[in-house]
Amino acid sequence: MIGARVGRIGYLAFCTCVFIFLVAPIIVIVPLSFNAEPYFTFTEGMLRLDPEAWSLRWYREIVENEAWTRGLVNSLVIGVSATLLATVLGTLAALGLSSPAMPARRFITGLLISPMVTPVIIAAAGMFFFYTNLGLAQTHLGLILAHATLGLPFVVITVVATLSAFDRNLTRAAASLGAGPVRTFRTVQLPLIAPGVISGALFAFATSFDEVVVVLFMGGLEQRTIPRQMWAGIREQISPAILAVATFLIVFALALLFTVEWLRRRAS
Amino acid sequence: MTALARGSAYTALLATCFVGQAAAQSITAVSYGGSYQQASIEAWYEPFAAATGIRVDVEDFNGGLAQIRAQVEVGNVFWDVVDLNASDVTLACDEGLLEYVDPQALPPGPDGTPAEEDFISGTLSDCGVGNVVWSTIYAYDANRFPGVRPETIADFFDIEKFPGRRGMRRVPMANLEFALLADGVPAEDVYAVLDTPEGVSRAFDKLDTIKDEVVWWEAGAQPPQMLADGEVVMSTAYNGRIFNAQMLEGQSFVIVWDGQLLDINQLAIVAGTPRLDEAMRLVSFASTAEALADLGRRISYGPARESAAPLITTHLETGVEMGPHLPTHPSNMARALRRDWSWWVDNQDELNERFSAWLAR
Amino acid sequence: MGLVLPLLIFLGVTFLAPLGTMLVRSVYDPVVADALPATLTALREWNGEGLPPEAAYEAAAGEIGAAREARTLGQVASRANRLQSGLRGVFTRTGRDLREVVEGPWRDAMAAIDSAWVDPGTWHAIRAAGERITARHYLNALDMQRLADGSVARQPEERRIYLPLLWRTLLVSLAITVFCLVLGYPIAHLIAHARPRRAGLLLALVLVPFWTSLLVRTTSWIVLLQTQGVVNDLLVAIGLIGDDGRLSMVYNMTGTLVAMTHVLLPFMVLPLYSVMRSIPPLHMRAAASMGATPAQAFRRVYWPQTLPGVGAGSLLVFILAIGYYITPALVGGSSGQLISNMVAYHMQTSLNWGLAAALGALLLVGVLVLYLLYDRLVGVERMSLG
Repeated sequence: MIGARVGRIGYLAFCTCVFIFLVAPIIVIVPLSFNAEPYFTFTEGMLRLDPEAWSLRWYREIVENEAWTRGLVNSLVIGVSATLLATVLGTLAALGLSSPAMPARRFITGLLISPMVTPVIIAAAGMFFFYTNLGLAQTHLGLILAHATLGLPFVVITVVATLSAFDRNLTRAAASLGAGPVRTFRTVQLPLIAPGVISGALFAFATSFDEVVVVLFMGGLEQRTIPRQMWAGIREQISPAILAVATFLIVFALALLFTVEWLRRRAS
Repeated sequence: MTALARGSAYTALLATCFVGQAAAQSITAVSYGGSYQQASIEAWYEPFAAATGIRVDVEDFNGGLAQIRAQVEVGNVFWDVVDLNASDVTLACDEGLLEYVDPQALPPGPDGTPAEEDFISGTLSDCGVGNVVWSTIYAYDANRFPGVRPETIADFFDIEKFPGRRGMRRVPMANLEFALLADGVPAEDVYAVLDTPEGVSRAFDKLDTIKDEVVWWEAGAQPPQMLADGEVVMSTAYNGRIFNAQMLEGQSFVIVWDGQLLDINQLAIVAGTPRLDEAMRLVSFASTAEALADLGRRISYGPARESAAPLITTHLETGVEMGPHLPTHPSNMARALRRDWSWWVDNQDELNERFSAWLAR
Repeated sequence: MGLVLPLLIFLGVTFLAPLGTMLVRSVYDPVVADALPATLTALREWNGEGLPPEAAYEAAAGEIGAAREARTLGQVASRANRLQSGLRGVFTRTGRDLREVVEGPWRDAMAAIDSAWVDPGTWHAIRAAGERITARHYLNALDMQRLADGSVARQPEERRIYLPLLWRTLLVSLAITVFCLVLGYPIAHLIAHARPRRAGLLLALVLVPFWTSLLVRTTSWIVLLQTQGVVNDLLVAIGLIGDDGRLSMVYNMTGTLVAMTHVLLPFMVLPLYSVMRSIPPLHMRAAASMGATPAQAFRRVYWPQTLPGVGAGSLLVFILAIGYYITPALVGGSSGQLISNMVAYHMQTSLNWGLAAALGALLLVGVLVLYLLYDRLVGVERMSLG
């Protein structure tokens, strides 16, 4: 019995360590972003909770620095456009895939999801070659198309998952009551799958908002996004300004996570 | 910002993305970030904008031709003037990535000497106009060596006498030269030795002796940072970056000039830029003796023109005499090596591969 | 089907066509063939021994001059240079100096400019570079080369890069998969069998990193692991290491392993969790009531039922790991680089796009095989997203 208890304690201790491993890196960044000194480590003053050692200077720096604000605008423009594109196309495809008459379903699903598992560097290299030929490299449009491609699998997966829980008799009932396919979709299917569509859209947006490799390959000065700017900062030298941006992104991620969880709960 | 304003900003932005850039009185100049870029902005780009009304947008990069090649191939050139290493200029010029520059269109010296005679030999090429002579040196933090201090390039490779980690740039260039110099090859024979397979192996063998102690850097801003953080006890670096850390951040760094590797940078114009006239005006503006001297009073890079040298007197910010800090100062030239960039143009593919293989082992 | 069509067309243009272009790039390189057509035709007459006929010299002289005028000589030269170091300079010098030469014999004129022109190796290189459809990028990517006599041989020891790197990538991915499994299995188990409220909270702890920007997480690891970083400070503070004995845990393989395990751990936990949740606790209780020790019950009853989750999680983590680029690039230093970083290097720095494409194609095939395996075993439509 004692052996079992020791085992249980060991198991819980191990799990605690893993949870710390998962979350610590994210938590540690937040206080460091309020460092008054240009270091990325806790100064003695910070540990003594000396108010002098804490400051908002890095937040001021990112707000005032045009590179970051322009990056934010670019990230939003590209992210929102790519998400819209991915959501519309992905939802339609998911509806098609879920219809019983769909031929070669397995193969096509595999194809639609493949951008998610293809190493981004390969996709980015290929897109660089191909989009360059089309004159789309170094344009916002090129990046929007690329990011929509990378976000699509998420929309397809979430919407297909929602649809699999969806009772087909409802559409049949609507049809028998005289509703056309468009009307059926709008009044019956859409409200039911809406949570899945929105989750998928958020996944797609998060993908674009965090994407750096394609931007590195295809974006120019005019297309610098927040991740691209962070990349440059990490490679050069890490200033706590990057930690301030990171804190902002963590808050943003939490907001996305809670929205998605809330939607999931509502759907089920 | 109101929702309306945000909305219209968004629309305007979309309009510019899809329609293309409107013809604006601005050009883009690209150089190597950090303190060098800051100095270039103050010495050239801002005065140019003030004098001509053409705004200069400055972007930074880490050297290399990938982006220029992509822009030229796409036919969507948005970089206009690029500050490049002489070897990259040669390569890019051969590939048709840069515009030819007519030396006769360049401004004469203050006393009327034609540009072609005023520029130090080797700093003008078909596509490039020399601007600065800089060097790769190694530096250390004096606080870390209270007793005996490193003085020669051989000391950099001597981990028994000076233990601790070293910073080196993650490319074969400069490192192979340093290795041979440290191994006792006289400066004038370095490239002859490197031109043989045995010589290359000899250089790699020498690098092997310190490989475990090396922290590799990529961007010029890193070495001063690594020295300040104590990440390394000494590091190869661009001399101007160390100078700035000494002057502006009060760091007690010391440059070892023994075995310094001299190099040339040039301004070049990207082929096919729609703003060719403005770009040429900027290149002319930045290559006057006065402009080069102004830069030399902000960061310790020597000028590519004879007539600019006497104009570089004191450091603008601190009033320190610039002379001894310039790589070209006689006291620093004792065992200096001029980088043979045509040799590197020929051999860099193979050596980069070999260097990668060596790093991975 | 009509509903899927728009997306298929979209993917065809934005995704499949780019991958196709990359595959084409890996075997097709027309630059030299387009610039030196007559030279290559003349070289067909040459049996490969001794020097080629005067006709080849004459054609080469004319075409090198023309390429210089058209400013394509640099591209030709850089391709020849990849097959034989030093040829770049030979080409550009020859292009420059040939302007002074008005008439033949061309062999002597070119030999006077550079003795490389009377070395058969130069001509072999030109002939090889002139292949429009070529396997040389793949040979290069597999650390092999074609000798002058046409046979294929391995590169000399000091130039073998890619095969060792592929091996390293596979091993590192395997190690990360194992780490993720060892760390992820217990916590997935804990979450799956906790009371709903607590399970929700614990699951959130897994999902927060999952949603947090990859660059943010990578930055955190740099902050934590660097020599003057939080972990080292902590170790020094509690006296485990001296101030001069700080550990290097980032910008090397350790950094890559730690950061990638962290990044990929949720991809292991989520599928495990969804499988474990469906295992009724009754099974374990039944085993215990029949006298099995907890260890036996686990091994005989629980573990076999979780195997689908183990398979799905491991495969997904492995697939994502072998193509990873960002994290190794930022925290891997020189020893923690993977094959993707080499693709990026040839794309962006060395500009050897053919080789980048060939390396990318090899990686793509590897991932594709694993993906098909995943589809077989798990079914792609069941890929879970938390």
